Amino acid sequence: MSDLRELYQQVILDHNKNPRNFKKLESANRTAEGYNPLCGDHYTFFVQMEGETIQDLGFQGAGCAISKASASVMSSILKGKTRDEAHTLFDGFHKMIKGEVKPDEVGQMGRLAAFSGVSEFPTRIKCASLAWHTMNSVLNEDESVVTTE
Amino acid sequence: MSSAAQVTFSEPLASTFDVHRIREDFPILRSTVRGKPLVYLDNAATTQKPRQVIDRIVRYYSEENSNVHRGVHFLSEVATNHYEGARKTIQKFLNAASEREIVFVKGTTEAVNLVAATFGRTNVGAGDEVLISAIEHHSNIVPWQMLCEEKGATLRIAPANDLGEIDIDGFRELLGERTKIVSIIHISNALGTINPIKEMIALAHERGIPVMIDGAQGVPHGKVDVQDLDCDFYAFSGHKVYGPTGIGALYAKERLLEAMPPYQGGGDMILSVTYEKTSYNALPYKFEAGTPNIAGAIGLAAALDYVSTIGAETITAHENELLRYGTEQLLTIDSLRIIGTSKNKASVISFVLEGAHPHDIGTIVDAEGVAIRTGHHCAQPLMLRFKVPATARASFAIYNTREEIDALVASVRKVVEVFA
Repeated sequence: MSDLRELYQQVILDHNKNPRNFKKLESANRTAEGYNPLCGDHYTFFVQMEGETIQDLGFQGAGCAISKASASVMSSILKGKTRDEAHTLFDGFHKMIKGEVKPDEVGQMGRLAAFSGVSEFPTRIKCASLAWHTMNSVLNEDESVVTTE
Repeated sequence: MSSAAQVTFSEPLASTFDVHRIREDFPILRSTVRGKPLVYLDNAATTQKPRQVIDRIVRYYSEENSNVHRGVHFLSEVATNHYEGARKTIQKFLNAASEREIVFVKGTTEAVNLVAATFGRTNVGAGDEVLISAIEHHSNIVPWQMLCEEKGATLRIAPANDLGEIDIDGFRELLGERTKIVSIIHISNALGTINPIKEMIALAHERGIPVMIDGAQGVPHGKVDVQDLDCDFYAFSGHKVYGPTGIGALYAKERLLEAMPPYQGGGDMILSVTYEKTSYNALPYKFEAGTPNIAGAIGLAAALDYVSTIGAETITAHENELLRYGTEQLLTIDSLRIIGTSKNKASVISFVLEGAHPHDIGTIVDAEGVAIRTGHHCAQPLMLRFKVPATARASFAIYNTREEIDALVASVRKVVEVFA
């Protein structure tokens, strides 16, 4: 049960139940779709980019607690960040959920550290990373549907 | 047996059946998962294997291995006899009229593909229709869809009601002039619904339409008699009935097999080959190109012998009791809803929890050693029909116990606690 508590931390349960920025963003100038067909996790991200800065973002969709909380926490954290800052966070987050580094070794993870328990559940890494990969495609201006399966 | 009275008490519907003795046949059931005893409730995905099957495969590779139908040497004759003996076992198990009607395949999926590619390509043309139902597995959707695309034919879907049963009136209405084949799942892997296939076959036959039955879940849960059903094709997979993976069988009526072109070309399926003309082998070899899965076939026969020794009625009675008890116990959880509530069900319980996604259910019960399936169960259109992204599914087999159901229910309660 201890690993489970690591996985389903309060931050994750809270963001699953009350996802932040869970709306279609009318001011969005970019959208991207993340879909894991085997799981059924399916989200659309709405992003308002101004130059190099993520001015605002929102998302809609459905999926498991890990994927939804990940999308919610990401949406809160990336607001106001530049493209480069987002890429750095993405790299750190990815290394952390794969267990390659501990959260305190990456720096600036903040609430993202709540996802460190995912590394103990290899089948759920794709759930935690779906939102981030989708956001990455927005930043890279890639228009195909993103999957982490 | 001295324990008979006690067994009667704990297993009211199977008085001579000792589940604990059955469990001793399955080595994997003694293992622990994440420090907890394994509670294996993912039997609709694949069943565990008894020692009788494992030992039979070991014996084949240790003492009998050779290629079949080829050599004149001793081992080749031994292997061929056992391989053909396995075919005979399957013929008897399904009560087929002849061994020529049993074709070895990789599994149910390959069997459907075989029929679609041979019977289908020959008999389905532009403007024709193939009829399936709204509760099919992907393996009984996609091969027909591919055939229809290739031929310019139309795939028709018999509707299902809210209980997860095929609407028989809707099915009857879709049997038309242009319907060239009907293909229906015997027992739904995702919901457990047992379809009234005998009635459906008779309805199709009234219009002269042949019927294929996807029996992947049918064979494990009770007696199948292909002559009594009068189905034209019936397919099943070995691994869902305590046998090895990578082997299954297609039953088909002999006159249909005679008229069908071969599925794949190669060795074993020919009588003679010249560059100008190849003549094909007799049934069923015409449909078995290349060296077959010999060990698999022999292992499958051992599994069917094992099942026959227990008896179909005993298996059905035990599983029905598990289904009854599991349904009753799971429904004590307020936020739980069962998807698939037909009166005529096999031992499959698909469920959703309010506020918890099936994948989170799967992870949390796994931490308690309980193995269930979560996801769309290879039936995405069905999930759409019931407006759920996925379900959690517990499916019971001959070796499962009430205590294991108690463990499942306790672990699902933990999910409810986490997501409260």
